[in-house]
Amino acid sequence: MKRRQFNAGLAVAGLSVLANPLNIARAQSTRLKVGVILPRSGYLGFIGQSCQKGADLAPGVIKDMLGVDIELMNADFESNVDTARTRAERLIQEGANVIVGPFDSGAAAAIAQVAEQRGCPFVINIAAAPQITEQGYKFVFRNFQTAGDIVRNGLDLIGDLFQATNTVPRTAVYMHVNDTFGQAMTKGIGAVMPMRTQLPFKIVDTISYDPAAKDLTVEVSKAKASNADFLLLVCRLNDAIILRREMVKQRWNPMGIVSPGSPGMYEEQYYKTLGKLSEYSISNVPWYNPGAKLTKIVEKAFLKQNPKDRLEFHGLNAGFTFEAILIAADAFKRARSTDPKALADAIRQTNITEKMMLGGPIKFNAKGQVEGIGSACVQNRNLLPTVVLPATAATAKPVFPVPDYKKA
Amino acid sequence: MALGLSVIFGVVRVVNFAHGEMMTIAMYAATVLFAALKLDPFLSILPVAAAFFVFGYVLQSAVINPFITRPEHSQFMLLVAVAIIMVNGLLLVFGPDARNVQLDYQLESFEIGRILIDKARLYAAGAAVLAALGLFLFFKKTLTGKAIRACADNHLGALVVGLDVKHLYSLTFGLGAMCVAIAGCAMVLLVDVTPPLGPAYTLLAFVIVIVGGLGSMGGALLGGVLIGVSEAMAGLFITPSAKSMFSFGLLILVLLFRPQGLLGRKS
Repeated sequence: MKRRQFNAGLAVAGLSVLANPLNIARAQSTRLKVGVILPRSGYLGFIGQSCQKGADLAPGVIKDMLGVDIELMNADFESNVDTARTRAERLIQEGANVIVGPFDSGAAAAIAQVAEQRGCPFVINIAAAPQITEQGYKFVFRNFQTAGDIVRNGLDLIGDLFQATNTVPRTAVYMHVNDTFGQAMTKGIGAVMPMRTQLPFKIVDTISYDPAAKDLTVEVSKAKASNADFLLLVCRLNDAIILRREMVKQRWNPMGIVSPGSPGMYEEQYYKTLGKLSEYSISNVPWYNPGAKLTKIVEKAFLKQNPKDRLEFHGLNAGFTFEAILIAADAFKRARSTDPKALADAIRQTNITEKMMLGGPIKFNAKGQVEGIGSACVQNRNLLPTVVLPATAATAKPVFPVPDYKKA
Repeated sequence: MALGLSVIFGVVRVVNFAHGEMMTIAMYAATVLFAALKLDPFLSILPVAAAFFVFGYVLQSAVINPFITRPEHSQFMLLVAVAIIMVNGLLLVFGPDARNVQLDYQLESFEIGRILIDKARLYAAGAAVLAALGLFLFFKKTLTGKAIRACADNHLGALVVGLDVKHLYSLTFGLGAMCVAIAGCAMVLLVDVTPPLGPAYTLLAFVIVIVGGLGSMGGALLGGVLIGVSEAMAGLFITPSAKSMFSFGLLILVLLFRPQGLLGRKS
């Protein structure tokens, strides 16, 4: 190559670099890159994979709904908060326009810091620790109940459950995971319980444990020794399985296991691993509306991608993950830009009424929090999560006290 | 499991940082045999332990023996690398999902008065005691066992009298791997197995053998009982969240006041 040819080539390259921002802008305006961070391995692995199902079906459904092209950039944070932080940084470096995830409060808090520092919108699918949206962040949004909301709704539903079944348990033993979520829920219960005077029971003992525990023998024997009428449980999935097995081994048959709002007992793996032992466990959780139009669309896409699976097992995880991506896509469509600030402003103006999950429209308050998300009392019946309360959405009547596990 | 770690260190003087990962592989082997042949994990002990003996022998002969005379940090890096390869190999083959075996007696317990004893745990404890007894008899009564002990007591002396030290090291590592296999087959009845399960158990095994005394078989058993009982007591009388704190507290106390471990010999 001669010097003149080289210089000419250099000039062309220079011009193309100068023109590049325009190219980027054009490219950005036609496709939204969504970084999806989930715990697809580690002790939260099953739940992360369940959430991923909602992300995987989102591009197709949203393309049909809004005409928006979405490119998913998937990342596994291995149930480790530090890994979540580095995965978020890498996704942003690699060009993600918006981050969605991560199911876990600890990870959400870490990713929120990164998103805020780097100015990248972050839409939380599932994470309940209230402080995440109390920091004055401009790029962090959450379409999920805070621990306080979960507890309030969960305890109200417990009251409804006792009323519907004409039972009056006097005592409960409270067991909870000691991670960020578990601590937030415990704080919430401590704050809300005194105000719910209609609840007939007292918490006689509180037992915390490691969510990654491999053995809960001591914890369960301590809970059994409390002689409480029922078990109030804030758990994850793996520990819920270990705990249920241990209850059977120790022949502890309380009136029931009731979660005021935590994952675990409605997850597919809980049924698969425990079989009949999974029956009658109760979770008062944010849930999807089986009758909603969007649910039907999502269910169709879900079954197409997972022909051997059922949406009931993934409704909460897949539903909220799908809605988080929908929020980002809807904002992108209105903003007509992938500029982070424009996207964040558009997310703030969100008003989605056609939604999948129970509750009012998706609208963010000044803190970036959606309010008015509904909960349901979900009881495991015939190896399926079944809505038993509120009566308007129920497909079966609640059973409490639950039969002895040998009769289950 | 801790017994295997102690045996390997006591003779070969190599700290097996892939110990937990080896146990994880044994657990997967037990789940595979259960899925394919409905073989009870306690019956799987025989084929899995035999396979692990061969695996341990080959690993020591081909990979670890060349590092025996190298600095300790080289050995450390080697075994950490082996551990990482094992975890990622398991992820490739089995994926991140947890696996388990499901047998009726896993949920049953013996009732003695007001005390309930978990059947699976009792059987696992029985298997551990039998393994320890077998190993003890092997080292005390057989010629090969005595030769291995000679290597452990005096490496140079063993070379002088013409013992094939490298072969004996490989045999020892094979025996240690057998212990791990027995632990894995018993453990799969108590814990679901995932590829990243290993490091937590490697750490636990270290705590046990350091408390009991590195290289002491009896120390490994005593350390295991002490750590288990201290964790249970702490969980019951203080708070379950403090369980690990107590076992590590015990470790610090032992390191401060008896660095060679409760039954270890001063070097």
